[in-house]
Amino acid sequence: MTKTNSFIKIVLSIFLVLWGLSANAFAQLEIDITKGNSEPTPIAIPDFLSSHPETTQIAKDIARVIGEDLERSGLFEALDPASFIETQTDINYQPRFADWRLIKARALVSGRIVRESSNRLKVEFRLWDIYGGKQLDGIRLATTPDNWRRVAHKVSDAIYKRLTGESGYFDSRIVYISESGPKTDRRKRLAIMDQDGDNAQYLLAGADLVLTPRFSPTAQQITYLSWETGRSQVYLLDIETGRRELLGNFPDITIAPRFSPDGKSLIFSMVKRGNSDVYVMDLRSRSTRRLTTNSAIDVSPSFSPDGKKIVFNSDRGGSPQLYTMNADGSNVKRISFGDGRYTTPNWSPRGDLIAFTKSYQGRFHIGVLNAQTGKAERLLTGSYLDEGPTWSPNGRVILFSRETRGRNGSSQIWSVDLTGSNLRKVDTPGAASDPAWSPVLP
Amino acid sequence: MNKKTLKYTGMVVIALAFSACATQPDPAPITQKQQVEKVAPLAPAYTPPKQIKPVVRQAEDNLAEAVPEAPKAGTKEHFKYMAGEDRVYFGYDRYDLTPQTRDVLRRQAQWLKEYSSSILVVGGNADERGTREYNLALGARRADAVKAFIVAQGIAPGRITTVSYGKERPIDGGSNEAAWALNRNAHSAVLVGGTS
Repeated sequence: MTKTNSFIKIVLSIFLVLWGLSANAFAQLEIDITKGNSEPTPIAIPDFLSSHPETTQIAKDIARVIGEDLERSGLFEALDPASFIETQTDINYQPRFADWRLIKARALVSGRIVRESSNRLKVEFRLWDIYGGKQLDGIRLATTPDNWRRVAHKVSDAIYKRLTGESGYFDSRIVYISESGPKTDRRKRLAIMDQDGDNAQYLLAGADLVLTPRFSPTAQQITYLSWETGRSQVYLLDIETGRRELLGNFPDITIAPRFSPDGKSLIFSMVKRGNSDVYVMDLRSRSTRRLTTNSAIDVSPSFSPDGKKIVFNSDRGGSPQLYTMNADGSNVKRISFGDGRYTTPNWSPRGDLIAFTKSYQGRFHIGVLNAQTGKAERLLTGSYLDEGPTWSPNGRVILFSRETRGRNGSSQIWSVDLTGSNLRKVDTPGAASDPAWSPVLP
Repeated sequence: MNKKTLKYTGMVVIALAFSACATQPDPAPITQKQQVEKVAPLAPAYTPPKQIKPVVRQAEDNLAEAVPEAPKAGTKEHFKYMAGEDRVYFGYDRYDLTPQTRDVLRRQAQWLKEYSSSILVVGGNADERGTREYNLALGARRADAVKAFIVAQGIAPGRITTVSYGKERPIDGGSNEAAWALNRNAHSAVLVGGTS
């Protein structure tokens, strides 16, 4: 072998490696979730395989729920099973990629259920990149048969994460207020449901007015407002044990509770002589500290995800606007400057944005703005009455209440994604308001 | 109007009526035009009277028999009866008291002075055109404005509690100016000897 020959060989092999890498990168199935209204990615989700008659229905249902989860995100299109050419009989063999390419599937989810006992299932799935011709993920989960929906949501989360690079939000819950009755005699009850509207149930009996529930970011705990003593007071409810506690039992009106990101303290507003100010309470020592002293309305405080800052709503400038301050109450700075009235700020779990409600010229909008500069305001929705944004755990989707006008007006929960696209109503058993998203379940 | 004018006007009217009946247009009345112009100033323009609208009386609209006596002294009905109103109203996003509101609250305070064992719960309300938490804070402001005024009339602050319902207790379910104006209020509820 001559020197030139080996040199050519080296150059050639480097070229081949580079070419291979770039070709590989090109084929890589990745979904950019920062762009709105992009074409949803076609994904094939055949019924999971099942060898036991008792799991046949679950095998179908899991595939359906995964498809519904992914489609609701607006990023995926679940292909019609009638179009499928290949019927896999064993998920441990590679699929026939050509068959799936023919029906324009970009990804394939193939799974099976192994029934280990009457009380235990193993669910396995593989995620395939059809154009890249390779497996992207392969996971095994175990659970009881009645918990199959959570398995489906966990699979959806794994697929979402693998294809978008961001954590999913399907295995999560929403606490909200269930509403019934006419506007002048409305009954409101504390309720909870899965993120997709399934498994809805009331959390409390009783006819007392309850409002604005919020999830702890670290525990299966919620805080909410109740008038059961006749005036609004802040309560804490452990939704696993059912343990319920009145917080502080302050003589004054308390409103707008929300947890700190570490779950160790609660921030809220207390009204003394008609003047509402922001307070923070250490949940362990129960000591309370006042953070604002302005004579204006200071309400709806919300922590930044690092716990260092607080955004809140104040009309100290003459109309309700958004302000940030340090967690100790110092360095108050106005951050909303557009026309209209800004309320209900909620800091994104990613930290970069603050969602809010804006009312302007008789309409209400959900919008976001840059948390640092207050600039780059974007309105995502608009109607007679939209209010109260809450973030998905990954900060990509916002839920809010939308109430229709008039005597027969009623409230529903809607969702929109951060790009302003994919606006849809969330299925609830009846009228609903004040949604708050849980963290992803452990 | 003199007789001559009437006469000539009558002639014109008759002539016009004949011409309307004739199968062919008859130019005859036009020859009299000059004479009418000579003697008659223009009659004032006619203005129809205001339209008469019906008033329907129905048996079921008869008023119920008036209660022979005022509500029993010291009851919450008596409170409303004496003060004229148990609710006072506010402007949009406002909590200041109008002169009319002050008169109502003075009468409420007078009653509280008289019935010194009663206590008062003032509930602040807001219309639906605000978000939930801001409206709770606004309702609290309104309730406190009422409390502060009544306290200034000499009622012990310890006898008055304030609550806020924000926009949760509308008295009119409509989405219009009239309904919103009613829903921006502070309601005074007296508790007397364990009853409200």
